[in-house]
Amino acid sequence: MTEGMKQIFKNTTYLTDMQRSYCPGCTHGVIHRVLCEVLEEMNLMEKSVIVIPVGCSTLAVDYFEFDTVQAPHGRAPAVATGVKRAAPENFVMTYQGDGDLASIGTAEIVHAANRGENITTIFVNNGIYGMTGGQMAPTTLMGWKTETSPYGREASRDGNPIRVSEMLSQLNGPAYIARTSTDSPKNIIGTKKAIRKAFQAQLKGLGFSMVEILSNCPTNWGMSAVDSIKRIQDETMKYYPLGEYKVVEGI
Amino acid sequence: MEIELLAAGFGGQGVMVIGQFMAAASVKENKYALFYPSYGPAMRGGTANCTVVSSDEPIGSPIFTAHQNVMALNLPSFDKFESTVQPNGKLFINSSLIDKKSDRKDIECIYVPSNEMAIEAGSNLAANIVMLGVFLKLTQFAKKETMEQVIQEKFGRKGEKIVSINLKALDAGYNFV
Amino acid sequence: MSEKILMKGAEAIGEAAIKAGCRLFFGYPITPQNEAPAYMSKRMPEVNGTFLQAESEVSAINMLYGAAGAGHRVMTSSSSPGISLMMEGLSYIAGAQLPVVVVNVMRGGPGLGGIGPAQADYFQSTKGGGHGDFRIITLAPADLQEQVDIMYDAFDLADKYRNPVMVLTDGLLGQIMEAVEFKTELDPSSFKPPAWAVTGRKNRPKNLINSFDLDLDGLERHNHEIQAKYKTIQEKEVKFESFHAEDSEIVVVAYGTMGRICKTAIRKMREKENASVGLLRPITLWPFPEKKMLELAQKPSVKAFCTFELSAGQMVEDVRLYSKELKPVHFHGRTGGNVPSPEEVIEKIKSVQKEAR
Repeated sequence: MTEGMKQIFKNTTYLTDMQRSYCPGCTHGVIHRVLCEVLEEMNLMEKSVIVIPVGCSTLAVDYFEFDTVQAPHGRAPAVATGVKRAAPENFVMTYQGDGDLASIGTAEIVHAANRGENITTIFVNNGIYGMTGGQMAPTTLMGWKTETSPYGREASRDGNPIRVSEMLSQLNGPAYIARTSTDSPKNIIGTKKAIRKAFQAQLKGLGFSMVEILSNCPTNWGMSAVDSIKRIQDETMKYYPLGEYKVVEGI
Repeated sequence: MEIELLAAGFGGQGVMVIGQFMAAASVKENKYALFYPSYGPAMRGGTANCTVVSSDEPIGSPIFTAHQNVMALNLPSFDKFESTVQPNGKLFINSSLIDKKSDRKDIECIYVPSNEMAIEAGSNLAANIVMLGVFLKLTQFAKKETMEQVIQEKFGRKGEKIVSINLKALDAGYNFV
Repeated sequence: MSEKILMKGAEAIGEAAIKAGCRLFFGYPITPQNEAPAYMSKRMPEVNGTFLQAESEVSAINMLYGAAGAGHRVMTSSSSPGISLMMEGLSYIAGAQLPVVVVNVMRGGPGLGGIGPAQADYFQSTKGGGHGDFRIITLAPADLQEQVDIMYDAFDLADKYRNPVMVLTDGLLGQIMEAVEFKTELDPSSFKPPAWAVTGRKNRPKNLINSFDLDLDGLERHNHEIQAKYKTIQEKEVKFESFHAEDSEIVVVAYGTMGRICKTAIRKMREKENASVGLLRPITLWPFPEKKMLELAQKPSVKAFCTFELSAGQMVEDVRLYSKELKPVHFHGRTGGNVPSPEEVIEKIKSVQKEAR
């Protein structure tokens, strides 16, 4: 570096150099980055194990520089429980989408949370199944048209979208639950802060922690990246309010 | 030598205890033993039976069509298992609760008023041990001292009084025949 | 010096696992194996181990996946319907090549079935059971001492081959009590997590526990690697008991509890009438003793096979396959939780003898 100049930004070393395969405009990339930045700032490389189940983020098995377990669809919290119980010194995370966590994996997430399993879940909620091609998720908003709700989601047939953070915060087990968003630099910074708090909860052994991050899916929403960000702000964030839903003492 | 017993009664009569104590005494004498419990669908109050084998040789099949010895602690067990005693086998009948007599002439029937004898020993609950004492005497599957040790070990945590009642019950059964 | 202890089958499974150095048990209640988790819930805290009752069998097997991935000996115990739920996880475990031990105390099916002893999960366990090309090493004990010994083997084989091992036992072997001896006691602190385990990246490249590969050729290479491993297992790990199988006209093939009952029947027939009947009892169901099967089938002295199972006929398909049907293959099976007596076995063998003459 030239003398007298100060480095104010560098890429996190916790992400591999591999070309990401996510669609243009998808916020998985930015979530990966803030996640890794926090891990790096907290110097957790030597302890970290991330569990990645099934969805678009399955591709992330190649993106993180730290130890990784690929898990069956919805089962990441159970797999993470096994990793953590076998070796509690591990710093254990799951990285799950909304189809994975809120549909097929409801039993696993509810019970891991209820046990106060000392793990951290990064829950990326974009209200749709991405990897399989845009099917309705339990989190899909009312009226949204998807591959499997071509006339729009209807409560009488499909039920209402599940608010996972609110639901899990009713349990005694969780230490920290927050919902953040990726729609703006401000909210991305907020996401990073929430992840840091969630990690502190685990490091202090306070119990289960989760950050639900509202995200987009330009491809399956059938819109431009810019429009998809606007949709998060106009629709998603209205149904899924941002904020901290559970913060126990000590974080 | 292989000594085999099917013991049956209703839940709570201590049928499983008879089987487990027989197996435990056999193992104490370095014999082979096998205990196979069979419960009805209900946890309590249903019928229960167990098959026990004590042997100097490794034990083969745990399934028997005909039994060397059958012990019936209540009437339904008598009705169900009387016919399964092998010719020349023994049928031990708790005559306190079963007022029937067996018509079979090809088996030896031993009628034991075990509940009355147990009450005499100190507790109605020890009727199963009375039956065990009778069975032990007639089959000699183990030494009496070994069974006394088993009773001491298994009932030890229930207190001295329970141990002594059961030792008395064993005695009463053993000296009954 | 160890001594013989009278124990219930399901509890002996638990104690054997602890003696084999396993300190992690995840399970979900199901009859007829509830004594195993109950025993573990009491014993694990005494040995600084972990017992956790999972929310389902689906979760339990995934907890095994995580713990095995972290490089620790781990097990679960369940019964037929629960094992069905674990099959997805077992496919992932086989794909990611992780060592786990699963005990199946088989009960009668299909569906909820009953709680009596059965051997109706032979196909499920020996042919893969879940999706994809994979095999589960399947061990079948016939009495409690063998069940105890097999638990040690199960952990060793799982570790040696990085593969799931199923101990396929039944409701009878789960419920009976016999005296058992624990030959050794392994100290889990003497095991170091293997180099591939996710233990946190310290001075080494990243470790990845994975069964996923979108690259067609990459996934095919992975499959070739697994299949090569299976071939080695088939060559090296076959185990069976032969009781006069080589010098008899009628060879009975039976495993587990059924094998034990058949042995009594055969012994009686040989003692009473000097009958020319022997027993081949596979102890490894996968790998199946296929070479032995063919060798017996090729013997001119062998006239027929008769397979006995607590099923409608599952292993008999392997008997036919590996004997190449060079000799007639007969079958007698009971279902529903019924277990045949030695007398019932003798009757069937006599009918086979008659036909062979």
